[in-house]
Formats: sequence, C-alpha cells, structure tokens
Amino acid sequence: MDLKLQKIIPQLITVLVVVLVFGFFTYNAQINMENRGIDFGYGFLSQESSFDVQFSLIEYDGSHSYFRAYLVGLLNTILVSVIGIIIATILGVIVGVARLSPNYLINQFAAFYVEFFRNIPLLLQIFFWYFAALRALPLPQDADAMLGVFFLTIKGLYVPAFIWENLNVFLYSIIAAIISIIVIRIHARKVQETQGKQLPVFWISVGLIFILPLLSFLIGGVSLSFEIPKLKQLATTSFKYEGGISLPPELIALTLSLALYTATFIAECVRAGIQGVGKGQKEAAASIGLNPNQVLKLVVMPQALRIIIPPTTNQYLNLTKNSSLAAAIAYPDLVLVFAGTALMQTGKAIEIVSITMLTYLSLSISISILMNWYNKKIAIKEK
Amino acid sequence: MSKINFLKPDKDNLTTFLYMGSFLFVISVIDVFLNSFFSLNITGFLPASLSFIIPIIIGFIGLYFIRIEHSGYKFLDQVNKNINTSNFNAILSLLIIFIIIKSIPPILSWFVVDASFAGDSKDVCSGTGACWTYIKVWFRRFMYGMYPNAEQWRINLSFVALALLGSVGYFATEKFKKYLTLYYVVIYPFIAFLFIFFFISGGPIFFDFSYGIIAAVISIIVGFFIPGRFKFYYFIFVPITLYIALKYFIFYEELIELGKLDGLNWVETGAWGGLSLTFIISFFCLIFCFPIGMAFALGRRSDFPLIRYISIGFIEFWRGVPLITVLFMSAVMFPMFLPADFFIDKLVRCIIAISLFEAAYVAEVIRGGLQALPRGQYEAAKSLGMGYWRMHIFVILPQALKLVIPGIANTFLALVKDTPLIFVVGLLEIVGMLNLAKTNPEWLGFAMEGYVFAAIIFWIICYAMSKYSYNLEQKYKTER
Repeated sequence: MDLKLQKIIPQLITVLVVVLVFGFFTYNAQINMENRGIDFGYGFLSQESSFDVQFSLIEYDGSHSYFRAYLVGLLNTILVSVIGIIIATILGVIVGVARLSPNYLINQFAAFYVEFFRNIPLLLQIFFWYFAALRALPLPQDADAMLGVFFLTIKGLYVPAFIWENLNVFLYSIIAAIISIIVIRIHARKVQETQGKQLPVFWISVGLIFILPLLSFLIGGVSLSFEIPKLKQLATTSFKYEGGISLPPELIALTLSLALYTATFIAECVRAGIQGVGKGQKEAAASIGLNPNQVLKLVVMPQALRIIIPPTTNQYLNLTKNSSLAAAIAYPDLVLVFAGTALMQTGKAIEIVSITMLTYLSLSISISILMNWYNKKIAIKEK
Repeated sequence: MSKINFLKPDKDNLTTFLYMGSFLFVISVIDVFLNSFFSLNITGFLPASLSFIIPIIIGFIGLYFIRIEHSGYKFLDQVNKNINTSNFNAILSLLIIFIIIKSIPPILSWFVVDASFAGDSKDVCSGTGACWTYIKVWFRRFMYGMYPNAEQWRINLSFVALALLGSVGYFATEKFKKYLTLYYVVIYPFIAFLFIFFFISGGPIFFDFSYGIIAAVISIIVGFFIPGRFKFYYFIFVPITLYIALKYFIFYEELIELGKLDGLNWVETGAWGGLSLTFIISFFCLIFCFPIGMAFALGRRSDFPLIRYISIGFIEFWRGVPLITVLFMSAVMFPMFLPADFFIDKLVRCIIAISLFEAAYVAEVIRGGLQALPRGQYEAAKSLGMGYWRMHIFVILPQALKLVIPGIANTFLALVKDTPLIFVVGLLEIVGMLNLAKTNPEWLGFAMEGYVFAAIIFWIICYAMSKYSYNLEQKYKTER
C-alpha cells in the first residue's frame, strides 16, 4: 500500500500542476477574448480572404476562402521542401563521399565546404542570396540565355514549359515500366535462389524504363513540345518574359540556401554511415568471392544505409521546418500566407497559430512514426 | 639509350618522365596563373573553347607522366599518393587547383585591394571592391543595436563581469569544488539574469538589483542550516521565491514612490540589439534550456507512466514545430493567455520560447546518453542503496553527459544560429540590424559587405564552439 502511494503521489502532483497551468491559461484567454470582443471559432476558414498571393501552384485570388489560402501556403511550403530535399541529397551524398576520398585536395575541399556552410546561420545565408547575390543579376532585357532557353534575371529564373499531349498515356507507361521492373526483380531473385543463375537485372531495368515511355511516344500518340520564354516590352523601361515557367527569386534564394545548408549535415551523415561499416566486413565479403560491385551492393550499402537513413530523415524534417524562414524574404509559404497575412486580417491569433503548428506537427510526427517503423524493421535482430 | 614508350611511364626512364611531366604540369599551372592574375592569355591564338580546356589537357598529360610507383623520390611518391592516384583523381585535382588559382584574384581584390577602408561617408566607396567604411561607420549599431552610445559601457562591463564570474570554476579550491555544479546550475544563472536584466536595462536599478542581492545572500546563509537532503530543492525554489516576494509584495509601494530616483538611465529592451543581443539571448537560452532539457530527459525515462507521457508530449510538440512559429506564438498568442494587467517583456518572452524549444532537443540528446549506459550501472548504484536522485546525480548523469558532449554542442550551435530569428518579434540582433542599415537611404547598396561581415563573425563563433566541444570530448573521454 505504501509503495503504491509512493508511485501515485508524484504523478498526481505533476498532473495537477499541468492541469492548473493549462486551466490558468484557458481562463485568462477566455477573459481576454471577452474583453476584446473576439469569439473563438474556425468558421472564418470558409470566409472570403480578399488578399492576393503572388506565387501559387493552384488557382487562387482574393475571392477564394481562407482555407484555400492555407492550401496555397501549404503547397508552396511542400514545393520548397521537395526541391530542397532533392538538391540537398544529391549534393550531400557527393560531398560526403568526397570527404572520404583518398585524394587530399578533394577531401579538403569537401571539408571546407562543410565547415563553411554549416557554421553560418541559415537566415543569414537566405538574406545573402536574396538581398546580395541575386540582386546582382541582370535585368530581364540584358539577360543572356543559358543553353538558349534558360533566362536568369533579377526577376527570377525563366525555364521552358513542357506542353504535353496525352500526358496520362505517358504516365501509365512509366508506371507499367516500374511494375514490370519489380516483377522481373522478384523473378530474378527466385531464379538465383533456386538455380544459382544471375540475370542481368540492371540492364533489363534500364532498357524497360527507356523503351516503354519511348513506345508511348511512337504508338500512344504522346507528343511533347517546349514553350520558350520570350521577352516582351511592357513600357519603355519595363520588360517581362512571357510563356514558359517562371520561378520567383524568393523561391530560388530559399531552395538554394536550404539545400546548401542541409547538404552539409547530410554529408556528415553519409560519411559517418560509410565509415561505420567495418573494414573486416569488406574484406570478409571479398574473401568469399564477391566482386567489388557486389561488395558495395550486398554488404556495404545495407549496413551503411542503416546508419545513414535515420539522421538523414531528421535532416529532411529540419529542412521542411526551416523552410518557414521563407517569411523573412516574403516567399508566400504557410507561415507568411496564413500565420502572417491571414492572421493580420482576421485577428484570430489562437486559431491560426494553432492550425499552423498542428500542420507542421502532424507532418513531423507522421514522418517520425514512419521512421521508427522503418528503424525497427531494419534493426539488427539480436538474440 | 633504350626506346621510350610514352604510353607507359616506368621507373627505368624516371628522370625523362619526371622532367617532362613536371614541365607540362608547371606550364599548365602558369598558364592559368597568368590568365587569372594578369589576364594574359598565352594560348590566345587558339579558338576560345580549345584555349579554355588546354591547361587541363596539358596538366593531365603532365600528371600522367609523373605517376610512377615506388620512384624512390619521397616527395614524388607523396604527391602521387595524395592527388594523383588515377586518371579521374588527376583531373579532379587539376580542376580544384585551377579553381583555387582562378578565384584568388577576384576575392582578393574585392576584400582588400579595391576595397575602401578610410573615410566616414559613402563617397569614398566608389571602387569595385568592398566598402568597409560602411561597416566602420555602422560598427556601434551592429554591436549594440539602438543602445545609446553613452551607455554602452554597461554592456561591456556586464559581459566582463559575467565572464569573470563564469571562470570561477578554474580558480575554485578543492574545498569548494563540490559546490561548483550547484553554483553553475542555480546561482550563476540567477546572478547573470539579475545582472544583465537590471544593469543593462537600467531604470530603478538600485531596488531591483538590491532585492536580488538580498535574496541571494539570505538564501545562501539560510542554506547552510538546511539538511543535506533538501538542499537541492531549497536552492531551486527559495532564492527565486524570495526575490519575487521582496519585489512584488514587501517593497512594492516604496518602489512606486522611489522608482524615479536617480539610477542608471532606463533603456527599454526594444533598443537592445546587435551582436550583444545575440550573446545575451544565446547565453540565457543556453543556461535555461540545459536543466529543463535534463528534467524532461529523465521524465521521459521515468517509471511513472503519467510523467512519461507528459514528457513525451512536451518533447515531441516542441520538436515538431519550427522555431519561427514558436516565436510567432510568443509574440501574438502568449499575451492572450496571461491576465490582462500582467505584462512580460518581449525579450523575456523570446528567451522563454527559445529555451523551451531548445530544451526539447537537449532532452532527446541526453536521453540518447542515458540509453547508451549499460543497465549494470543502474543496478550497481541501486545495490549500493542509492535512491533515484542520488543514483542519477552521482552515477548516471556524469557518465551519460560525458557521452553526449558532441550532441549537446551541436544543439548549442543550432541555438546560436537560431538567434537571428527573433526578428519575428521585432528584436534586431546583428542580422536584423544589417537589414535595417541596408535600407538606410544614405547607405543603399552595401548589403553584400554587411552579410559578409556578419557571416565572418558567426563563422568564428560557431567554429570556435565546435572546436572547443571537440577538445572537451577528448578531455573527458574515458575508456569503458
């Protein structure tokens, strides 16, 4: 009985404190809102927003609802995060491998990159790219075309737009290619396990991924053409590119700095992962007759990935959360559009901040649940 | 003389290959060097695209010739081993050497040669280089924000005093060593808080400051008579309670009457700024987030399910949201949760928000350390009859913290790098001041200099911190 009481009392006290603090806050909030004549509720989400957003992936203008504005912000956040993650991963893997290179110059260069970019605050880097570096770009009328089709100007990057016909046939062909590759891999593994023969899976896969989409062009009636941006004069001194896809300078500055910054951390994860695989593992693999490719594929990579993936996912999450710094350079992401403009207009501080936080929270929690599951799956099963 | 096979450098014709290879390699380097430093193009008679890649080709052939194993020359072997192991490596090495040579002249000319240092107006900055005059003129603003020039000695004095108080650990004699943890965890943050908050902000400083001193002295004197098992709780709660009691309940009336007495000039926190604000914020958050984080790390590993779930909820909540929304919350949402006449300063709200945010990260790092300890340590401590707190303070935490020094250092680095985000609530530390100075009509167009300046400062701070943590890690590394 005594022991039980000892267990219950500290818990009771803690819960009591938490409840008291929350009760105090809610009580104050109620009184404050009554005093100011604000009523609590999420009804405003369906009201007309009547503000404009300069860059959005879905159709949006002032006549749409606040919920639509929220979606615009969320999609812009996701856009920046996805582009940033792709660039950061590629760069990070290259730099991480380069840091392990036997070539003195290369590994010093990679080390310099990592030490340089990760010791400068991300916000400062964003400001640097946006306010200092990108401002030095030429005006639209002075810009030279890169490779004849890209235009990098102070007003953003203009790239050709793809104009597809029968796009869905093309997509189906890619899906078909992927499914058939998976089937062939399973089959190849079965053949290897039963007969000991190895099929050239890699070359078959490469062939499939090229040939099936190509067939869709020849037979399926898919066609692709480019719309190249053209310079257009609005007034005597004002020029603008029309056609194609335009990426605003905010997006470029943000993705660039996010990718350069996060790549340093990913590079360190990759380095740690590759170094974490013992030398004995490689030697043992070589001594049972695997060739270098197989050693890498079957022995080193599975073990290295086990070390690399969890911290790298963390970095992806960090990148996504850091993309909220967009508010500093007026890129219309979730924080700027929703927690900024919408909050100013409606004054619903509690509702809007809580929605914004919940969005980020559910994003990170779902990814970390996925990660925990993956971790458990690949963890070494010890007896 | 035997026939020389140029496709296969070998040891027999070592000197021939060595001379030829070095000659070609040096030629290629000289070509790039002349090109970038003196804009002389010695291969200018060739078509532009060919003239561009010719140094790479020549250098590559040169490196190919000198790639001879076991040549007998130590230097040559070193070079081959380090930059010239294969064709691919040779090309990469050449590219890096050329990039370095190419990038030195523009960087040097921007930073030093064409830069302007003299003068104190924009007119001297007409060259193509950097305008360091801009930094010079705005230096005080970048360091102290809008803090009045005449009062800046207060900031300097506070930092010196805190540095001296912080270095007590180095001079403590054996007798006082056991109190050091207590000093650093409880007393030092308390004194530092009083010092910075009341000395730098000024105002009716005498009273606030003296309440703090009175509270500290009384609680330390009484503390000697408190039995040992309660000392920990005593020093956590009593000094602060005493201080609040003194300030708000006992001398409150007098404060209102005498508050206008001569003290130091009142400087509101909105005027604080620049690098000193960066230091103040990182310093406080660093001090506060560590104990909070430790508490939640222990809470997450507690045997009591309710405490465990509350800790998990706390940690996952703060780790899941970006700092900028936390600051938003502290700016627009937090005042709604407080009584109407209760006002907390912007800076304090900021410090609380960042501390809680970083505490969650510290908690996860410390939990990693706790998990890494073998269970035998816990069992051994328990079998000696130690209770929960004794076991953790004397056995578990010292070992666990040693293990997680790199992780904690990384969290602190992240904290320092996160301080510029306080622009959200309208406080301007160095990056915010740069953005303000950039929009000054008299000094338009010097954004680059400002950002480079701030980047250098932050880089030095962060690099020094990471090197220090590495040294600490090496110092406390013990074989287990």
